Amino acid sequence: MYIAGVTQPATHPGIGAVRRATRLVLAPANAVLAEVGAHASLLMQALYWGLRPPYRVRLWIEAMDFVGTGSLFIVGLTGTFVGMVFGIQLVDGFRQFGAENQVGAVVGLALARELAPVFAALMVSSRAGSAMTTELGSMRVTDQIDALTTMAVHPVQYLVVPRLLAGLVMTPVLTMLFNLVGLAGAWLVCVQMLGLDPGVFLDKVRWYVDADDLGQGLLKAAVFGFTIALIACRHGFWASGGAAGVGRATNRAVVQSAVAILVLDYVVTSLVTGQGAP
Amino acid sequence: MANVANGARTARGLRPVRWLPGRPPPPDPDPDGPVHVAVRDLVKRYGDHEVLRGVSFDVLRGRINVIIGASGSGKTVLVRQVIRLERPDAGRIVVDGRDIAALDERALGPIRRKFGMVFQMSALFDSMTVYDNVAFPLREHTRMPERQIRERVLDRLAALGVEQAVAKLPAELSGGMRKRVAVARALVLEPQILIFDEPTTGLDPLTSRSVDELIVRTVERFGVTAVVISHDMASVFGIADHIHYLHRGRIELSGPPSVFLETDNESALAFLRASGVSPEALRRAAGRAAG
Repeated sequence: MYIAGVTQPATHPGIGAVRRATRLVLAPANAVLAEVGAHASLLMQALYWGLRPPYRVRLWIEAMDFVGTGSLFIVGLTGTFVGMVFGIQLVDGFRQFGAENQVGAVVGLALARELAPVFAALMVSSRAGSAMTTELGSMRVTDQIDALTTMAVHPVQYLVVPRLLAGLVMTPVLTMLFNLVGLAGAWLVCVQMLGLDPGVFLDKVRWYVDADDLGQGLLKAAVFGFTIALIACRHGFWASGGAAGVGRATNRAVVQSAVAILVLDYVVTSLVTGQGAP
Repeated sequence: MANVANGARTARGLRPVRWLPGRPPPPDPDPDGPVHVAVRDLVKRYGDHEVLRGVSFDVLRGRINVIIGASGSGKTVLVRQVIRLERPDAGRIVVDGRDIAALDERALGPIRRKFGMVFQMSALFDSMTVYDNVAFPLREHTRMPERQIRERVLDRLAALGVEQAVAKLPAELSGGMRKRVAVARALVLEPQILIFDEPTTGLDPLTSRSVDELIVRTVERFGVTAVVISHDMASVFGIADHIHYLHRGRIELSGPPSVFLETDNESALAFLRASGVSPEALRRAAGRAAG
């Protein structure tokens, strides 16, 4: 407290320097924690408002249509080419030690467990996730989200919940599509172009790829899809700074989603297989 | 300043309310009395920056209450607290006798339905047509059949003179039309209090005056209480029943427009003169009008 006429104790200049240095050192950790906190806060709100009526089924279906139907072409296209490339590489590699009849098994397992969920999620992130951030960000900077609030419509319930649900449900569906077209692409290259026996190829797929492998992939896809939507909504929902701010938010959302997919891929794989955990 | 004698309209049975920073705020009003919303000692901080430093004022029922102040004085922040888009750090906001300052989101739902807000840039949903924008609150909050919704929407749009734009998207409308549609949307659930955030900003003078007329006609026709944030002084003295001057996070001066013509509050006078308004000239004009 300042008292007139009483000399205040001076702060040692060194203390200020230490404070600044500490703030500087802790800034990255602080930023990470703030980011995690923002996501957790939005997630909690979404869970709370998602369980409360009204249930806007029409909005859920629209969001699923946007994430799912809207991504069919891009997921189908990338799935086909990933399968074809993988087929070429495996035939080329396995021929060196005469194991090309195992190509069907490896393609099937790799697609089901890893390639399909990761690539489908990356496609969903770059197409639907970025669009979610841009749309919500534009709504935020033009006061449309505040307008919802003033009309007594909770914006998390109206805007975020349907998108999270769409990410959670539709990314596994797109992953199944990726599995199918990826396998078809690999079959085309391996059997039609590189001369593998079609019966052996398909038999190895049937023999080695079981429901657990597909389940692992679908579990990953659900985790990725939900995370992508959460990251996209968090950045759009709290965007600021006009058009440039929306651009920055979209950029951050896409980068964070891609990193999150790869990190979560390791985490889920480790948990499911019980290996690789510290 | 043709409407400088608005003070006469304001004076209909209403005593000017004036208090200065440092004095204790007046007690909470009677819920059925002339005060619709009472704000008491409202404080809002962003980090170390205290934007509102103990704001107290009354919003008079059925009147046009205008909040003026320089850019950055906290007008929009103040109104965001009043409608509880943000939670104030301290103070009370008493709406119809109930303090809403600390209510949670669930409890705020019915309170928010008492308010309608027209944002500065109108905030129409750009993916919906004009019709769907205005129908939106009805579809969310009522079980009206679509035929009845259509009747209500077309009635509101016709009352505001934009019924011809019913099938258009907001991007296809002019600024003035967007404002009218936003008013129609804000009115469709029949709120008691209508808030306008800088309604004439970015509009040309003619459109600005038509928006002023729109506010006056809306209050008269629908009997709502209006809160208008503005620093367009031509507009303020044209429509206000009651003016609150916000300066450095506090209400420095409150009262009907006539109070501002007689004030010796230096910051209010400086603000008026900087806005191109000369209280002396206004007094002379008022005298000529009375004579």
